[in-house]
Amino acid sequence: MSDKVKVTIDGITVEVDNGTTILNAARQIGGDIVPPAMCYYSKLEGSGGKCRTCIVKVTKGSEKDPRPMPKLVASCRTTVMDGMEVLNITSPEVLEARAGVVEILLINHPLDCPVCDQAGECDLQNLGYEHGLQKTRYEFERRTFDRIDIGDKIQLHMNRCILCYRCVFTADQITNKRVHGILNRGDHSEISTYIQQAVDNDFSGNVIDVCPVGALTDRTFRFKNRVWFTKPVDAHRNCDHEKCNGKVTLWYKGEDVLRVTARKDQFGEVESFICNTCRFDKKATSDWVIEHPTHIDDTSVIASNHYETLKPLHVIQPNEALQAANEIELHKTVKY
Amino acid sequence: MSRKLLLEHINVPGINTLEVYRQKGGYRAVEKALKTLTPEEIVEEVKKSGLRGRGGAGFPTGMKWSFLAKPEGVARYLVCNADESEPGTFKDRYLMTYIPHALIEGMIVSSFALGAKVSYIYVRGEMMPQIRILEKAIAEAKAAGWLGKNILGTGYDLELYVQPGGGAYICGEETALLESLEGKRGNPRIKPPFPAIAGLYGCPTVVNNVESIAAVVPIINDGGDEYAKIGIGRSTGTKLISASGNLVKPGVYEIELGLPVEEFIYSDEYCGGIANGKRLKATVAGGSSVPVLPANLTLKLANGEPRLMSYESLSEGGFATGTMMGSGGFIAFDEDQCIVRNTWNFSRFYHHESCGQCSPCREGTGWMEKVLHKIEHGHGTMSDVDLLWDIQRKIEGNTICPLGDAAAWPVASAIRHFRDEFEWHIKEPVKSQQQNYGIANYAVPIEKAVEVKSEN
Repeated sequence: MSDKVKVTIDGITVEVDNGTTILNAARQIGGDIVPPAMCYYSKLEGSGGKCRTCIVKVTKGSEKDPRPMPKLVASCRTTVMDGMEVLNITSPEVLEARAGVVEILLINHPLDCPVCDQAGECDLQNLGYEHGLQKTRYEFERRTFDRIDIGDKIQLHMNRCILCYRCVFTADQITNKRVHGILNRGDHSEISTYIQQAVDNDFSGNVIDVCPVGALTDRTFRFKNRVWFTKPVDAHRNCDHEKCNGKVTLWYKGEDVLRVTARKDQFGEVESFICNTCRFDKKATSDWVIEHPTHIDDTSVIASNHYETLKPLHVIQPNEALQAANEIELHKTVKY
Repeated sequence: MSRKLLLEHINVPGINTLEVYRQKGGYRAVEKALKTLTPEEIVEEVKKSGLRGRGGAGFPTGMKWSFLAKPEGVARYLVCNADESEPGTFKDRYLMTYIPHALIEGMIVSSFALGAKVSYIYVRGEMMPQIRILEKAIAEAKAAGWLGKNILGTGYDLELYVQPGGGAYICGEETALLESLEGKRGNPRIKPPFPAIAGLYGCPTVVNNVESIAAVVPIINDGGDEYAKIGIGRSTGTKLISASGNLVKPGVYEIELGLPVEEFIYSDEYCGGIANGKRLKATVAGGSSVPVLPANLTLKLANGEPRLMSYESLSEGGFATGTMMGSGGFIAFDEDQCIVRNTWNFSRFYHHESCGQCSPCREGTGWMEKVLHKIEHGHGTMSDVDLLWDIQRKIEGNTICPLGDAAAWPVASAIRHFRDEFEWHIKEPVKSQQQNYGIANYAVPIEKAVEVKSEN
């Protein structure tokens, strides 16, 4: 048996390694058919499967067993089989279920984007923009928590949290001591530290980068500026921490470096985790070697004044149904 | 009088002690299994018996056992799921309280069949008396040589441990149970891998309900074929039903599967009818997570045939007109019960018990509860009923574990069958706070279906 398996997503066939998840297979194709992922993070083992935004429909299980899967599956945790056929944006069922998940994620979210530091680079904001409804049907009081400062650099704003568990996995796997986790159960569960203990270790700042919403924010950047007014620049320095390669993105406003983050790829995931010294303490241009301006996606609000056009991938051009679906996806991202 | 397999000696004084249990033929199955049968033969017997999991899903136990991976040099575990916390279900607690040795005997035979050297009974935290009873019974069995090293001189070693849980409903889900047993937060795991491949501590594990394990004892004693003769169709054997609600004689009954529901409710041998001479309005046939049915559909199938207490007959008609066997928590509602209030109560339970791992269940259960609370207290609007329907549809099937489905089904079925009662609560906000909707036409008998002759 060969190590490569064939999987067809929305009519596009791609050959991937055995054991790849549907989500990663879709990422190899790229474009609009990549399901959105709020909790899955390729660098964190065991993440995914929780937010359910990446659900897709499997219409054919595999070459050997062509039965479709009875339910929509989480593409981030379902591995591909040879001959599997998957529908994502061409299936109305998937789009409806995804819109349902987005609505459900937003019912207890405070929607305080105007005062949230994450606005402009928030996965939930993008998701809500693309799939959410204009109005909410939720008419009850939203759950609220007090803000907690975990350590002097990070602030936890639990109201905004969507409980993706990414920061828990980060604390588990990247830092050398697990400092926080989930307390309580159900919709009153919260991310917290044990008896308000401060988070204090070299890599703890990465929880800010992995957080898809504004629940964990950088206190050194708090209320300094909106992200779309800042200019991101890739830079590096010789970091003496053995696990940190010092490759970062600096966010400038005029002469000042307002904040430092790890470099993120097109799916919003960091390329490599950085240490707290680089993130919080080195905020002068003289600390860094500037490389080039960071590439910002056209769809991002940070790249203002750019408008997306329909540029279908060449593989989907013969497929009219898929092209129509792509156009609908595009219209969702258009900013008026 | 129908046959009793599990509760045959329930009324014998002192049956909870090893001595009396032995006198009544206890631990025969262990002797027979360990001395005369190979593990494969036991699995074969259980397969032949057609025993289906008694915890709710009804998956054939023998099949589950045969799926267990058996890699060399890796420990295998049997875990007994005694985290019984479904509202309306209390059969396992009853069994553990009164005949703890039946469970222990079943555990020994099943562990031997699966090749487990260490087995666990995961008991819900609230059941502290039952935990003590089980621990006492295990100590007795160990002192008598039924547990420990070299059982009956056959060279088979087994250690049995009782693990109290924290009292979370979600820990009745098998992977959450395993997480909890490992000492972690009880969040369900994402499947695959299934526990049969990687379960407790990453080793192949079988998780079975208390009643399924106890049912292995009569299967080994009398043989799988003999067991399969009881019951009807693919629902073989006997089942413990926890009957509660407005019944004359609520309690735990052992029934032969295939008993008509009408007989179960109204005969004096079982529940003895509806209390206080009232009429039956609705039932929940298998614990709070299964769809609620109005009285007419409980007693009769949609085509007018009588409905039977069996896995197939209860689920006849799918979710449109059927329900599920579930874990056998039979709740009856008389004409004065409010379905809206009951649905709210159930969804309050699921809201409280959701683990909070995946978003549809975490947020959706709370939302449903709030909307139902609003309708029940006379503040609802017509669009709320449609909203509820929409929320349950967004939850069902989109979650990691079946808790999302379990939260959605009661709401869905209540709206499907009792929509006029919901609408009455909305249209009559004042009245609905003071009186009941009553029985309406929920008990109107279903006409026998007229046979239509085909023309060709």
